[in-house]
Amino acid sequence: MAVNYGSKRTVTGAHYGTADWLVQRFTGALLAVFTLVLLAQVILSSGPIGYDKWAGIFASQWMKVLTFAVVVALIWHAWVGMRNVWMDYVKPVGMRLTLQAITLAWLVGCAGWAFQVLWRL
Amino acid sequence: MSEAAKPRPEFRNINALRDLPSYRWPLAALVSGAHRLSGVLMALLLPFILWLFDKSVSSEISFGQFTSAFTAGLGIFPGWFIKLVTLVLIWAYLHHLLAGLRHLYMDMSHNTTKDFGRQSAAGVLVVSLVLLVILGAKLFGLY
Repeated sequence: MAVNYGSKRTVTGAHYGTADWLVQRFTGALLAVFTLVLLAQVILSSGPIGYDKWAGIFASQWMKVLTFAVVVALIWHAWVGMRNVWMDYVKPVGMRLTLQAITLAWLVGCAGWAFQVLWRL
Repeated sequence: MSEAAKPRPEFRNINALRDLPSYRWPLAALVSGAHRLSGVLMALLLPFILWLFDKSVSSEISFGQFTSAFTAGLGIFPGWFIKLVTLVLIWAYLHHLLAGLRHLYMDMSHNTTKDFGRQSAAGVLVVSLVLLVILGAKLFGLY
């Protein structure tokens, strides 16, 4: 059987991107579901939406847990997408790696900010 | 291997600035290109989105800062500019969501005929732009 780990790991060719492809679908679907869940709560609330109602939506425990999962899904989704963009347009390896590293730092930093906001609520 | 691998052909005559504007963009290509563009825009504007989220949920006072950003402006940016950036984000989200759902449907149904590609692309553009007009009018206080 062909060795497919360590220095023999498949990094190119057929199916090496299947996991990323699948992750992109699952995280995208979760983001779509979150959009519906949030929208439903905004539409079903009566009267104008001020601070109390808006913050109240995110204050319930299930919504915090869902939003946490959504933030993870979002940065994972954005990572796969941005990595594809760099792989398509930036050929020099050093520049591509640098841009990918900056993207990761950018996304992880943004996720930290989102968690900080959620924890405070 | 019995014969030497032939060198693969390379095409280096594509110039993005010169050729892309004159390309004929079929609707499916337009939706695909806009899907990518909207994704990159949202990734770049993520800190702005998080700022809005932070201010809108943290406290009554920060909620006031959130709403006044759209009227009085934010730092050196006037209110209309904040609204314009938000309008771009609304478009990016609507387009990315609908084009993404189109992808999911195609993956699950394998309904990948040329006609369906064109019709669903037209559907994505029509629905996202109609919703953009409705939400944009609300954003700029037309109703």
